[in-house]
Amino acid sequence: MSIIKASDVDFYYGDFHALKGISMEMERNSVTAFIGPSGCGKSTFLRLINRMNDLIDGTRLTGSIEVEGRNIYDKKIDVDTLRAEVGMVFQKPNPFAKSIFDNIAYGLRVNGVKDKAFIEQRVEESLRGAALWDEVKDKLKKSAFELSGGQQQRLCIARALAVQPKIILMDEPASALDPLSTAKIEDLIFTLKSDYTIVIVTHNMQQAARVSDKTAFFYLGELIEYDDTKKMFLSPQVEATQNYITGRFG
Amino acid sequence: MKKFFETVVEKILMVSGTITSLTIILIIVFLFSQATGLFNSSVVEENHSLVVNSQNRVQTLTPMQIKDIFDQEITSWIEVGGEDEDIIVFRFSDITSYVSEEELGDEFQFIPQVMSKIINENPAIIAFLPDQYLPNPTDGTRVMDCGDITLGDFFGGEEWFPTAQPAPLFGVLPLILGTLWVSLAAILFALPFGLAGAIFLSELASSRVRSLLKPIIELLAGIPSVVYGFFGLVVIVPLLQDWFNLAVGETALAGAIILAIMALPTIITVAEDAIRSVPRTIREASLALGASKFQTIVKVVIPYAVSGIMAAVVLGIGRAIGETMAVLMVTGNAAVIPTTLLEPVRTIPATIAAELGEAPTGGVHYEALFMLGVILFVITLVISITVEIIASKRPKQIM
Repeated sequence: MSIIKASDVDFYYGDFHALKGISMEMERNSVTAFIGPSGCGKSTFLRLINRMNDLIDGTRLTGSIEVEGRNIYDKKIDVDTLRAEVGMVFQKPNPFAKSIFDNIAYGLRVNGVKDKAFIEQRVEESLRGAALWDEVKDKLKKSAFELSGGQQQRLCIARALAVQPKIILMDEPASALDPLSTAKIEDLIFTLKSDYTIVIVTHNMQQAARVSDKTAFFYLGELIEYDDTKKMFLSPQVEATQNYITGRFG
Repeated sequence: MKKFFETVVEKILMVSGTITSLTIILIIVFLFSQATGLFNSSVVEENHSLVVNSQNRVQTLTPMQIKDIFDQEITSWIEVGGEDEDIIVFRFSDITSYVSEEELGDEFQFIPQVMSKIINENPAIIAFLPDQYLPNPTDGTRVMDCGDITLGDFFGGEEWFPTAQPAPLFGVLPLILGTLWVSLAAILFALPFGLAGAIFLSELASSRVRSLLKPIIELLAGIPSVVYGFFGLVVIVPLLQDWFNLAVGETALAGAIILAIMALPTIITVAEDAIRSVPRTIREASLALGASKFQTIVKVVIPYAVSGIMAAVVLGIGRAIGETMAVLMVTGNAAVIPTTLLEPVRTIPATIAAELGEAPTGGVHYEALFMLGVILFVITLVISITVEIIASKRPKQIM
């Protein structure tokens, strides 16, 4: 059964019709990549899955998005609980002005965890999960700003892991990083797949091809094509997809 | 042609920049140069002296002792280290009660002789005389050497009484403490409201409410302080008098409330800017972890903006410390060391504003007021340096 299911999603920023009739399903423990030119709506769609677009005034949604069978835009849904289940990693590393330890522990604390030993254990697990533990284990009390950009981004991933979400949304997580850090993040995505469902927005075709199981191509607010990544890259059904992937536009 | 024009503009900019800097330096130099004379001035009023019988064992008196003697709080020489004799206080105008006017001579030319006679006849006398009428020092009289005004007298003195005769008292302690009391109390009032206002405006208010409220708050900063003072005098002072059942409502508390109101726009505006400049992705990161809006504000946004908020507070204090008119109008201006907020106090700026008009240019009082200006300058300088240091510690993201 699919973990995320969008049905006829239309989304508006004021008068701007940003997403047009999107319907798609994503499998548990899979990596789905969203590709498409800037402004095509892929990030917008990603941010609908944890209701991050609620923060923007004057937006409107029709249709439904279900996470594990529940419509997350239902009035009874508690947004904070939803977001604890659907984690997010952003385009630029955005650690809090706190120590490395407190950055990771934050998500647990705001969700009401008080047990110190448990928090310490989760912090270590999360940092290990994000392949950062060995680099920071001796300076957990240091400010997160002392880490390099790539380390900060892995810290942000660890921070998302700490609350044990079911889904992790990644909005161009490597776009601000150098090739080496990017490779580390991609390796990480590969390992995380066994425990989490990952949705990643990327501008980098090779990245989409490398990390994802399925790829969705968005263009002008529409979902043009959605299929297995291999099939998408080898034999796309739609001409626009073919043109975009081969770099003829976008 | 274009190049020539650009050179001219460049030169004009350079000149105006230089002039501005020079003017500021000039003002500071002026302030200090006017104030420096203070510590070379005699304790006793200029061109006057205190004369005693040469038998008197008391060699010197502090300004406080002189005041107490002439106010007859001290009545025996034994209290200031002399014989057990009652002090006879002699002011120059008392001379006719000792001798007739004829004895002074047509042009008062006999006054020095008359004075030495009076002093010799009354060994316990202390006479306050203009310098041109001093008796001959060999005639059994002695000019008391009270020395110059010291740093200790100035900064440690507990009484500010610049018009006292024969020795004015320039103790700035009550003024400094008055200033600090009023300013700190004002900040204590303004901080919670200012912070709450800033958080409301930046985080909670809808954009319509914000676009309505922000100009109003900024407008508050533009209201002349005399208007605030007037408001305080007419509204707050009577209110306090009623509530606390005071004899007078003009108290440190009234000043603090007015100052708090005046500092609010600064605090709200600067703190709001600091909070709004917290990157959106930081808020989103917190919310994406399942934190509520309130948790995000308290645990992430405010810690991130803390340096900006501190700057807002310090700027608010700066505004409060330097404020003159409103404080002058509502605090009662008694130069007494305050013990509660419900007493009248006098602040440094208010003292300068109120007294400079009646202090003779170049006199000791005048110099003392400039020294107050220097103190105020130093306090505000320390505050702005603090702001610089805090602001430079803003968290920087590596990216």
